[in-house]
Amino acid sequence: MSNINIYRPQSKFQYSSYLYIIPAFVFYILFVLFPLGDTLYTSFTEWNGISEKKWVGFDQYIKNLSDKKITSSIIHSFILIIFYSFLPIIIGLLIAGLMIRVKIRGMTTYRAILFLPQILSMIVVGISWRWIYAPKGPLNAGLDFFGLEDVSRAWLGSFDYSLMAVGLIGTWVMFGFTMILFIAGVQKIPTELYDAAKVDGAGAISEFFNVTLPNLRGEIIVALIFTVTLALRNFDLIYITTGGGPGTSTMIPSMFIYKKAFQMGQVGSASSLGIMLTLMIFTLVSLILITFREKK
Amino acid sequence: MNYKNKEKFIAHAIFLIGTILVLYPFFSILFLALSEPGKRISGFTLPSGIYFDNFIKAWVGGSFNTGLLNSFIVVVFVVLVTLICATLAAYAFEKLNIFGITPLFALLLIGLVLPYESIVISYYYSMRALGLVNTHLSLILPQIGLSIPFSIFWLRASFKSIPKNLSEAAMIEGAGRWVILIKILLPQMIPALLTLTVLLFMWTWNEFLLALIMIQDEEMRTAPLALSYFAGNKRYGDPAITAAAAIWVALPVLIVYILLQRRFISGMVTGAIKE
Repeated sequence: MSNINIYRPQSKFQYSSYLYIIPAFVFYILFVLFPLGDTLYTSFTEWNGISEKKWVGFDQYIKNLSDKKITSSIIHSFILIIFYSFLPIIIGLLIAGLMIRVKIRGMTTYRAILFLPQILSMIVVGISWRWIYAPKGPLNAGLDFFGLEDVSRAWLGSFDYSLMAVGLIGTWVMFGFTMILFIAGVQKIPTELYDAAKVDGAGAISEFFNVTLPNLRGEIIVALIFTVTLALRNFDLIYITTGGGPGTSTMIPSMFIYKKAFQMGQVGSASSLGIMLTLMIFTLVSLILITFREKK
Repeated sequence: MNYKNKEKFIAHAIFLIGTILVLYPFFSILFLALSEPGKRISGFTLPSGIYFDNFIKAWVGGSFNTGLLNSFIVVVFVVLVTLICATLAAYAFEKLNIFGITPLFALLLIGLVLPYESIVISYYYSMRALGLVNTHLSLILPQIGLSIPFSIFWLRASFKSIPKNLSEAAMIEGAGRWVILIKILLPQMIPALLTLTVLLFMWTWNEFLLALIMIQDEEMRTAPLALSYFAGNKRYGDPAITAAAAIWVALPVLIVYILLQRRFISGMVTGAIKE
């Protein structure tokens, strides 16, 4: 049918076509673009939320960048990327590498369970883990059981371990997602590629690096963008587990935005931190896309 | 054991370990919630029996009946309005010939990457200026705006996958744009719309930060917000009751997930890829 030269009617350009996009763009402009512009403007002012905004140029940015608490909160976010992003991606890739050509029964059930942490409110997830990490919770009971009383502690209340404890919750939330994503990706790789590698005498490791990894490029980009942005945002989980404490040992930028704007009356400073967070996320996403772009 | 069987055995072992790791936190709070009130179970012990008292105490003490209702109202409006607006826009983007489409589409990309944590401050002060703080609208309106970019991307891809000759045939017969959308294209879109509905429902149901800053009255709290107050409230500092409360909040999403898990997973995996 398609090889005959048929008349292909084209929808003519009509101004009324814009009517279809207007409702969506009204919401988008009012509740995404305007707030972004508004936040950008406020970030150049000093404002306590009540009085007049006072224009101060880049002062808030300079102050934030020279505030040790703020810079360390940014460093915390980067440490969390290791737990939220790198660990799950490495685990997912290793397991996907082992699963080439394996077709097992019960896969749908496994998949449904492994995906479970993705669908639940982070508040619920945080409450479950607060209990696991509690002084008398399962983790410490387990450690005591194995005679490791010296190791057990109030994990979320510890200056040294709380960031790692929160990070591991992120690993737990993410590893099922990366596993499913990568296993699905591996199963789409044509088996001829593996057969060819075998013929060339490739071992399991070289097979992984030369066939599996390059063919999962798309999935790796997705996993990186998804997990890195979550690690940088991450408000709900920190709020419900540690609130940024003890001290500022688990403080992250989004928590500071909330505290500064709604508890400390530093709305200008909070807004500039918000813009900084946005720029960080835009930069990292662009970097991921550029680094993993298909080489032509 | 031959090679193939050994491989399968290893695969099962890995998945089983993963399953246990994922389920352990859930079972530990489920056991905690089902434990005998007042009798504190510690880490490894199984509950001595099944008691539902904690669930009742959580329901009464945490006003979860209003919390669930508020969440439900917000979800219904956000999902419905987003679906309608995004479907119309995605249709225009994909099937109608529109001047200036590329810059408009690029504009939507901002919303796809933007962390809404950065702009909640502006939401609060705008809503305060409009006198809308503490209302459902203050939760509904921003979440529609935030859901629109992803929804348009998602639906545009689905419109694209519908064969062209379907709408062309209708066009030859003189059908208008509206008729083509409603009569020809939408029936083909039902699976995509259903998946999007499930995703929007989940995201809106689980939303927390916006509710935290907008809502002060106890009767207006959404379910996750009520849960957070409950978990932080010393009066109900009993972890067993908090655990029961967490289960109440998770239950609606969990039920939908059990019914439609394929849609959740394919939606989130391919949805992430489309981003």
